Amino acid sequence: MFVLVEMTDTVRIPPWQFERKLNESIAEELNKKLANKVVYNVGLCICLYDITKLEDSYIFPGDGASHTKVHFRYVVFHPFLDEILVGEIKSCSQDGVHVSIGFFDDIVIPPESLQQPAKFDEAEQVWVWEYETEEGAHDLYMDIGEEIRFRVVDETFVDTSPTGPSSAEASTSNATEEVQKKEAPYTLVGSISEPVLTGTGEETAKDWS
Amino acid sequence: MEGCFVVHLFSIWDREWHIVPRKDANAALLSNFEVFQLLTDLKQQRKESGKSKQSSGQQNLNTIMYETLKYISKTPCRYQSPETVREFLIAMKGHKLTKAEKLQLLNHRPVTAVEIQLMVEESEERLTEEQIESLLQTVASILPGDPEEQQRDSAMETEGRGSQ
Repeated sequence: MFVLVEMTDTVRIPPWQFERKLNESIAEELNKKLANKVVYNVGLCICLYDITKLEDSYIFPGDGASHTKVHFRYVVFHPFLDEILVGEIKSCSQDGVHVSIGFFDDIVIPPESLQQPAKFDEAEQVWVWEYETEEGAHDLYMDIGEEIRFRVVDETFVDTSPTGPSSAEASTSNATEEVQKKEAPYTLVGSISEPVLTGTGEETAKDWS
Repeated sequence: MEGCFVVHLFSIWDREWHIVPRKDANAALLSNFEVFQLLTDLKQQRKESGKSKQSSGQQNLNTIMYETLKYISKTPCRYQSPETVREFLIAMKGHKLTKAEKLQLLNHRPVTAVEIQLMVEESEERLTEEQIESLLQTVASILPGDPEEQQRDSAMETEGRGSQ
């Protein structure tokens, strides 16, 4: 689920923090910059693991702060393909089941990857798995708050950095539609179309094997 | 080493921040237990050093630490220790599993054969039934599970034997 990523960056320490130990200031700055943020094509950054190398610090004319190039390793949430994860169902909609793992919410299980046959119950807004046994069909409701085990099948990174002035003309015509669609920078696509991938462990294996 | 300050007469470079992700992502995998340890240590450190000086800037770190710790604490890794992890990896050497598969076994602590089939690719071809059984045994014996559950299970076993 988590990986260690090596990165380099130049950290700026303002003069009023010179009394603190450099390593502490740098660790704080890096965490301030990266923690809980998604880095494009890398993943969701959690916290600093360690600092591997500190180069010399420089002060430039016009700016009293010190600039230090730092080589460090950061703990990043980036599940590998086909990894099994356990999450909680946050909501269901026509585009599938939305799952969350607490610190990361943008996980979607599209209708094709649900246990077939599955149908969407409009009244209760939940997906239902119609499980067939010899006795008849059981309906497994994917209720909100239920734990769900799924396999990661795909991931998408979207670059959400601000666009340049070329979009200024387009925005004047869209003046009425102020709200732009907020895209999640990092989304995971899951699948549960395999045996035992619903609910957690024990009851599933016993009941639906 | 404290930074030494050198005055440079050149103009300020472009501040470009450069990410060097590892090409072999597998070499840098972290188990849930390692992240759990790291975050608990960090939380302890921050508590000891008193109120954080710039709480506004630290809010993101606080949020992500709290949420991640909350999630990881519900997984089997909360009962693990560095010794159990080491023991587990040594025991796994004979089974010829990939790094990713061993990591999943460590993080999830499967108790049924179906779970093993999920985590190990092409398990029908690579592992016989006895091998799957022995894998389950190793996992159950080396990796500690929920102590309440284990007490319940052993109590049920003795009851069963008694009734016979």
